[in-house]
Amino acid sequence: MNPAKMDMRHMNVTRLIIVAVGGQGNLLASRVLGEAALLADIPVRMSEIHGMAQRGGVVESAIVFGNARSTIISDGEADILLGFEPSETLRAMNKCNPNTVVITNLSPLPPFTVAIGKGQYPDLHLVQSIIRRKTKKLIAIDAVELAKEAGNVLAVNMVLLGALIQTGILPVTIDNVKEAIKTRIKAAFVEINLKAFDLGFQSAQKN
Amino acid sequence: MHKLLTQEPGKKLLLLGNEAIARGAVEAGVALATTYPGTPSSEISANFFNIAKESPLYFEYSINEKVALEVAAAAANACVRSMCVMKHVGLNVAADALMTLAYVGVKAGLVILTADDPFMFSSQNEQDNRYYAKLSGLPMLEPSSVVEAKEMVAYAFELSEKLAEPVLFRTTTRINHSNEIVTLGDIITPVTTGDFPKDPFNYVTVPAVSRNLHKKLLKNLAAAAEISEASQYNFIEGNKGPWGIVANGVSYNYARDAIRDLKIEDRVRLLRIGFSHPMPSRLITDFLKGCEKVLIIEEGEPYMEENIKAIAQEAGLTIPIKGKTEELFSRLFEFDPGMVRKNIARYFDISYTPVTSVDLSDIPDIAQRPPNLCAGCSHRATYYAVKKAAVGKATIYPTDIGCYTLGLLPPLSMADFLICMGSSVGTSCGFSKTTNKKVISFIGDSTFFHSGIPPLINAVFNNHNFTLVILDNGTTAMTGHQPNPGVDMDQLKCSGYGRVSIEGIVRAIGVCHVEMIRPFRIKKSIEAVRKAIDFEGVSVIIAQEICPLYAKSLKKAMGKPFYVSDKCKNHRDCINELACPAFSIENEKVKIDPDTCVGCTLCAQICPEHAILPLKEKSKIR
Repeated sequence: MNPAKMDMRHMNVTRLIIVAVGGQGNLLASRVLGEAALLADIPVRMSEIHGMAQRGGVVESAIVFGNARSTIISDGEADILLGFEPSETLRAMNKCNPNTVVITNLSPLPPFTVAIGKGQYPDLHLVQSIIRRKTKKLIAIDAVELAKEAGNVLAVNMVLLGALIQTGILPVTIDNVKEAIKTRIKAAFVEINLKAFDLGFQSAQKN
Repeated sequence: MHKLLTQEPGKKLLLLGNEAIARGAVEAGVALATTYPGTPSSEISANFFNIAKESPLYFEYSINEKVALEVAAAAANACVRSMCVMKHVGLNVAADALMTLAYVGVKAGLVILTADDPFMFSSQNEQDNRYYAKLSGLPMLEPSSVVEAKEMVAYAFELSEKLAEPVLFRTTTRINHSNEIVTLGDIITPVTTGDFPKDPFNYVTVPAVSRNLHKKLLKNLAAAAEISEASQYNFIEGNKGPWGIVANGVSYNYARDAIRDLKIEDRVRLLRIGFSHPMPSRLITDFLKGCEKVLIIEEGEPYMEENIKAIAQEAGLTIPIKGKTEELFSRLFEFDPGMVRKNIARYFDISYTPVTSVDLSDIPDIAQRPPNLCAGCSHRATYYAVKKAAVGKATIYPTDIGCYTLGLLPPLSMADFLICMGSSVGTSCGFSKTTNKKVISFIGDSTFFHSGIPPLINAVFNNHNFTLVILDNGTTAMTGHQPNPGVDMDQLKCSGYGRVSIEGIVRAIGVCHVEMIRPFRIKKSIEAVRKAIDFEGVSVIIAQEICPLYAKSLKKAMGKPFYVSDKCKNHRDCINELACPAFSIENEKVKIDPDTCVGCTLCAQICPEHAILPLKEKSKIR
């Protein structure tokens, strides 16, 4: 018998879903957030499905901050949805409720099924208007452009991380995240990644 | 130094479940580890592979799970702490060894990890391996979190030594592939050499010996039941009741969160089962006695539910006990926090309004994004060659487990039947015997070594009639490029390995018609496939070309990207027949993404206008 174990601290729980296409670097972005939480001494649990990451499939991570035990997020229960690709952001709307804040990259990566005529790629204006109508807020940025501006197209993940942190919804600070970037990313690429982070942050401010 | 060898007790690291499990084994002084790779377990052994390069640990990628378990079983009986890692279906392959190893037992700790995959994120079935513990009579441990997984692995070695039996350690995908902050402990220095004194009347399982050993196993099982009763991993939280919840694994987390969210802490007692075989029957009886009604929360089969109902019957308790019913939990797929919260509220009649999800009814259809063979994957070329060579023939394409299973999808559509590792070859025997169609089957190099060789011997001996295509891309690609016996280990800068030739095996088996092809030489390949499928009897085609992702990881030079020139007349054979992910349509024109294309030349070879050409400078078409 251990009744003490039932005494749970009531700390706010923040639930974040990240969706991306294999190769866009969302697992690294998730790890950076995890490290940032470790630095901030905030409990964090994350889960990811990445068996097919290198075969062009969808990669989804769930990150739960605060005192929850679960590492996954049920439909309708995400506080934030971060989409690395606009059609994937739309596909993940099942995770959202009317209070969810959504951040999306606007640069499309159409799946090969579109090229072989097995489906349509949704219109980008429509994607944005649907998300805007159904959720609390949409922050939409062209993360590829900003990553190029930072010096490397592969820094899309850091641009989006910057936009995510700008919302202030996560219980980690800018400094936590920047420190985590320095520990998780090879020294030679840190500067570009930090610049990408800042550009994403600024872009979300204007959004 | 490998991060999992860090000697800083108390240090906190963000670890993947599979890293935490590997670290737990390292802390327990594991000296030998074996595996056959399989998602969701693969990163455990990928870490062991690297740890072994800079520590006393001996690690091997074994040929299949049965061999992996036999290697580990011998080591554990030579007094060396061992671990054997596999995915859930791997335990089917190892089951023959497992069942009698339980009779024989071990001298040093042996932990057998089975990674179950509810929802089948990357598996062919979602079997619940808790029944293997029951079937074999071995103890089973199941963690609920990454943090607990590390501790529990270390404990599993102690338990194994206490009982002199192997211990089954069951995870699910959401343990393997979750990250948590883990505190490091001390590392025990591994003992890498032991001894095996002869004792054949306890170790050679002829019937007279096994009759004694089965008695011993039952004694050990009874001892395990006593340990389970008092185990720190079977515990009750909350002391009030009157409602009871029993949960295991990740379901326990969802139950904990739900109890808090529903604010029913003062009405619920929660029994967490982490030592799940044998079940602690006295603990469960005491628990049930304090409850008015009980809900069992477990993914997969009603393993605990059946057990707990039997225990209640023994104790003469008639309280309602429910779990798997149409209104509550399913045997299908994985659970999630919202589902568990809703079912707890329903069963105990608590008012609860779930979060309103956004209305999805007016969201337009979005093109699916199924996983696809990579740009430059030679399987695409081999499939194309077989398809062209078999034009006009009624065919059946048995396939196997690996990246090439993705050939299932249109437009390739080159997979018709699959049940398990190696089944391409065995089922080809049956299909060719009982149909009038041409049977052409596909198997990868690693899968061929794993379980394709015995059925090929069967085919030659029984004189079957089919063509087997061995897709040799020089690595075990799907699970993350692990080596197999056909791999040149020098390329991985690893010394001290042998190398086994697939062609040598095939010829030694007595296959009369063997064709070697380089799939990107498409005309020659089609010709070779034609000859092989016209052959009466067993013919084998070995298609050799390195996996492009593996080549990239070895920093091998890749081909130059190609582009679609003005000569294109929009036949779109390239797109419609190959579905390479480097292609897209922009303004009704075919385009190749130069960053994705690795210059395999397949599309250029099949273009009727010869319009696809090598790109001189990438910048030209941007």
